[in-house]
Amino acid sequence: MSDLEAAVAAGVVGADEAHRALLQATVEVARAIFGAKAASVFLLDEEANELVFEAVAGEGEDELIGMRFPADTGIAGWVLTTRQPLVVDDLSADTRWSRSAAESTGYVPKSMMAVPLLVEERALGVLSVLDRPPETRVRLSEVDLLGLFANQAAIALDLLQRARRAREALAGEGRLAPLARVAGRLEEGERDAAFELLQALDRLLADSSRD
Amino acid sequence: MSAALELHEHDEEEVRPAWSLPAEAVDQIRVPVTLPDQVTREWAWGGSTGAGVRVCILDSGIELDHPLVGRVDRSVAVLRDDGGELQVLDDDEGDLCGHGTACAGVVRALAPDVELTSVRVLGAGYTGGGEIMLRGLAWAIEEGFQVVNMSLSTTRTKYVERLHELADRAYFRRVLLVASAHNMPVESFPWRFASVISVGSHEEDESLTFYYNPTPPVEFFGRGLDLDVAWLGGGTLRCTGNSFATPHIAGICALILGKHSDLTPFQLKSVLYQTASNAEGAT
Repeated sequence: MSDLEAAVAAGVVGADEAHRALLQATVEVARAIFGAKAASVFLLDEEANELVFEAVAGEGEDELIGMRFPADTGIAGWVLTTRQPLVVDDLSADTRWSRSAAESTGYVPKSMMAVPLLVEERALGVLSVLDRPPETRVRLSEVDLLGLFANQAAIALDLLQRARRAREALAGEGRLAPLARVAGRLEEGERDAAFELLQALDRLLADSSRD
Repeated sequence: MSAALELHEHDEEEVRPAWSLPAEAVDQIRVPVTLPDQVTREWAWGGSTGAGVRVCILDSGIELDHPLVGRVDRSVAVLRDDGGELQVLDDDEGDLCGHGTACAGVVRALAPDVELTSVRVLGAGYTGGGEIMLRGLAWAIEEGFQVVNMSLSTTRTKYVERLHELADRAYFRRVLLVASAHNMPVESFPWRFASVISVGSHEEDESLTFYYNPTPPVEFFGRGLDLDVAWLGGGTLRCTGNSFATPHIAGICALILGKHSDLTPFQLKSVLYQTASNAEGAT
């Protein structure tokens, strides 16, 4: 593997997988700590105004990743819109939510804790914990704890999105793709002249930025 | 038109503030001494139903004819017109998400005779929420509601200055902003401003139990755990969150104002302090 490929792999390709693993670990720990049947992270797709299942632990783990629903409906949409954590103890009372959840996921939770994933000024998505043990009454300290998990999940989600954007920019038709291809070819044998050209380009750009 | 510009335009029409006090004018500004030596809950809101108090729910709308909410005197929404300008227009969409209905139901349960107005700034199809929230809040202040419930916040710092300006304006105009605090490690507004009443949750199940927090920025804790709140379709939903602690404090404020309509926001905050469940000697 060339230096460049290694750099790209460490910075982008590997990062994508590592950040996804971090996100997955976060939902798994959240699920375990709350003794819940499932925990998940939804990513907000701003262009489509949809929430996308990005990581799931427990019920629906295999089927839900990538599934989408409108960003302004359901409890998750509520949390995203108001930027406020919310705990609902009996979702069956919300027939609208239960029906739509059943239709889209095949799993109808009875209770849900949800917190927005906020990084700096942006709301990136929602972390939710489904079906805590029914006999336990929720405590405010648990909501606070979920908020701390949300902070961690938000950072992982932010890194994942950055890595994806970097990979898209460097790959295929991306704007920086020619740069990545040129740099890759520079390592194919002796290309002193090409390196000199690159250095000249660097100086030219540095000079023009000073003007 | 920006909210800031609007504020200046409205300034022209109002009583101008006094920047100094000539000796002969002192008699013109005599104010009533409204707080007794001992501020008790009985004095503060005993016998009050909130009648005559106008409460605004700045949220996702309110479902019409919900049995736990009852009469909604007016519903408006902040919408973009064809030219992209934000307008406050009468609205018959109700509540598409449920949050505003839940808040309205909490206020109604505490203060059954308040006049409720819904300003829809959240919900389906809303983007650019900060601008919409600011426009809705500016409208609520212009309309002179005595209490505005804001179970929402923004994390966008670009709105902070204008939001701060509006919060101060509300404070001086005796429009009490009651705002949900965030229990997450994140900066959000307007609850952090000293000019509003910021609310977090406690774990008890009495709606009139509330606490003053000696270590702000969260200034008060209201009932926010395991509540059966009004929900879409005329039903209820059992929920926990600061979103519902906030209308508890808003409802208590409405009760107080129902009995003492001339209280300023700083006096009302003092009354809350003196009648808080953790105030020593409070009765």
